[in-house]
Amino acid sequence: MNLWARFRGGVHPDARKTTAQCATQPLPRPERVVLPLRQHIGAPCQPLVKKGDEVALGQPIGDVDAPVSAPVHASVSGKVVAVEPRLTPGGRTEQAVVIEAAPEDVPWEGLPEGLGWDLDPESLDPAFIRDRVRQAGLVGMGGAGFPAAVKLTPRPGSEPDVVILNGAECEPAITSDHRLMLEQPEQVVLGLRLFMRACGARRGVIGVEANKPDAAAKLSQLVAGDPALSVEVLPVRYPQGAEKMLVWALLRRAVPVGGIPLDVGVVVQNVATAAAAAVALAEGRPLTHRIVTVSGRVASPGNWRVPLGTSFVDLMQAAGGLTGALARVIAGGPMMGIAQPDLDVPVIKTTGSVILLGPEDLHETPAGPCIRCGRCVTACPMGLLPAQLCDAAMASDWARAERFHVRACMECGSCSYVCPARRPLVQSIRLAKSELGRRARGGRG
Amino acid sequence: MAKTESGELLVASSPHLWAGVSTSQIMRDVLIALAPAALGAVYFFGWRAALVIALSMGAAALTEWGCMRLMGKPSTLGDGSALVTGLLLALTLPPASPVWLPVLGAAFAIAVVKVAFGGLGHNFVNPALAARAFLLAAFPAAMTTWTSPFDAVTTATPLAVLPTPFAPDVLAGPLPSYRDLFLGTVGGSLGETSALLLLIGAVYLLVKRVIDWRIPVGFLGTLALLSWALGGQAGLFTGDPLYHLLAGGAILGAFFMATDYVTGPITPQGRWIFAVGCGLITVLIRLYGGYPEGVLFAILLMNVVTPLIDRFIVPAPFGGVKGRA
Ligand code: SF4
Ligand code: SF4
Repeated sequence: MNLWARFRGGVHPDARKTTAQCATQPLPRPERVVLPLRQHIGAPCQPLVKKGDEVALGQPIGDVDAPVSAPVHASVSGKVVAVEPRLTPGGRTEQAVVIEAAPEDVPWEGLPEGLGWDLDPESLDPAFIRDRVRQAGLVGMGGAGFPAAVKLTPRPGSEPDVVILNGAECEPAITSDHRLMLEQPEQVVLGLRLFMRACGARRGVIGVEANKPDAAAKLSQLVAGDPALSVEVLPVRYPQGAEKMLVWALLRRAVPVGGIPLDVGVVVQNVATAAAAAVALAEGRPLTHRIVTVSGRVASPGNWRVPLGTSFVDLMQAAGGLTGALARVIAGGPMMGIAQPDLDVPVIKTTGSVILLGPEDLHETPAGPCIRCGRCVTACPMGLLPAQLCDAAMASDWARAERFHVRACMECGSCSYVCPARRPLVQSIRLAKSELGRRARGGRG
Repeated sequence: MAKTESGELLVASSPHLWAGVSTSQIMRDVLIALAPAALGAVYFFGWRAALVIALSMGAAALTEWGCMRLMGKPSTLGDGSALVTGLLLALTLPPASPVWLPVLGAAFAIAVVKVAFGGLGHNFVNPALAARAFLLAAFPAAMTTWTSPFDAVTTATPLAVLPTPFAPDVLAGPLPSYRDLFLGTVGGSLGETSALLLLIGAVYLLVKRVIDWRIPVGFLGTLALLSWALGGQAGLFTGDPLYHLLAGGAILGAFFMATDYVTGPITPQGRWIFAVGCGLITVLIRLYGGYPEGVLFAILLMNVVTPLIDRFIVPAPFGGVKGRA
């Protein structure tokens, strides 16, 4: 392990990775799926189907001709029963295609032909790979949801030389990427090679946190003998998986605030995205399923391979149902995940984990005054002063928030996690960011 | 809709985890860390010391409760900060204090220095230190009658005996030895006397990361360096740094007063400036001010400068800002 590969700040929440040894199981087929037409950052898709249409597994049901976008595919065969606004785990309400599942899945006959698992990435045209990646609807599956093909498109003046696969999985309680790396390491490595070819990078690095030695070992075996590829074991420290922290830890390159890894010659993709790319090229299948960790107050927590659009209710039932009162449902990890107002929301491309918490898991201590202890300052991996940002936001002093670099905040939650006074740090910072964003766009109301 | 048995789901901003160290736990840790020195005071000075501590802590708590009550606000006693202030103040008082002295001091600390400025987190000087300064100004006689613990003879505090500048033969004179200073067998305020007992508590706070090591290191480091360089009779670098470290509340000040979160800077960089400033001013007052209370006023002065420090120290974010390099 590279002990120097450390970033400043960060925290050590309890890992709670109790599902790490739970092999991925298939989910009992859901009766209906809800597929939001925007599961990515960018333009929402237009529906390609309407109520009453029969659709087949893998058939595109939404797409849009916009530079930053990704199509959505049917994750089951069945009948479209509605195209209507639905609540998504991101907290927004989006147009969604609701499909009632037929008894059996039939793959769509329009799927592109697979190149087979022995395909050689070097023999492929980079544009062809990028095109297939887009067609398959791939987005950053670690949570950000940025369209994968866009990231792989080199820009004049900043050609990437390294592709990093993010297998850090630094959030507590999530093990879906861990299981993926353990169970489909070949797919991950093939995906890495495809990404390198697609963007012209000559080096590929997979970053894995030290609490997943089995996964790191499997991957290391596969890349042994290829000098272009390596697997790096990283110290366990949240938020190791944040793009900027990962790039710094692995390459000692600092991505500037307001910039992206490409500015320093790096493309970062999630391991699950890489595996999905391998499937898309080798078998021609688009992104219709993903692994989701279900944990918390359920009878049998574990990892499931689920069709996108599956309701959290079905996941809860698959995990044996609740073992007590339910107080909070989180899509994503406990540090950055989003609390859901309702259990009936669908799994989307970025949902790696669903956590069901009881009242006993919540820390609803009321906020007290800031005692200026500086813990938030020490914890902030971006080197910000969260206490000052919170102060500025609460005084609606947006200019001061900006002077204290509020936009550099990546909302990792480390500051709120350590604050002894329970100050609403991340919350107020988010407010300041959205207010500044609104003003920058010239909005008034 | 698939609502659950328990009804409403609670929506709240991430993160959904908390490290679990609360303000009141931090205050409790500070009380624990001060316990050896407080118990030592009772051992050295007897029941008078216990009385001073009890009166000061009691009055601090009562004043805080009363103020909140008067303002119709919920009680803030639970955060424990009033007790910390009370104990810190007691440790700076002479063991022979008349009973009204700690009571008045604690009430002043809480009502005037803390609550009047908005309560915990908003006071700009350390309440215990400000109260001591107030008592010193208002009741100089009561505040400077020191008892030597073992012979019960009233003497001046060791630093007050130090001539300024030091006489060459000073160490042969009536000053207490290093050993006495370290163990606490000298005259002085309740908590200033035993460096050893204070250090035990300081180690506890450092290990639990309650206090930032930069402050005592910067403070005492500057104090030692400058008193060594400038404090001697025989020219530069003939001073006695150890003496300056052990006497006159430097340990108590550096580990327990200057590390007060509320009245010090919030950034690591700011804390270095603050700490070095404390050390510098202490030396200036001790050597050239002809006044033994260097630590007290050094910290108070730096408390006042803290908002300025925090205003000007805005660290660059990680990676720098794009286009501004
Ligand atoms: S951690 Fe909380 S109490 Fe401490 S300085 Fe930051 S906001 Fe204030
Ligand atoms: S200020 Fe932003 S980046 Fe810094 S710790 Fe808080 S949430 Fe993370």
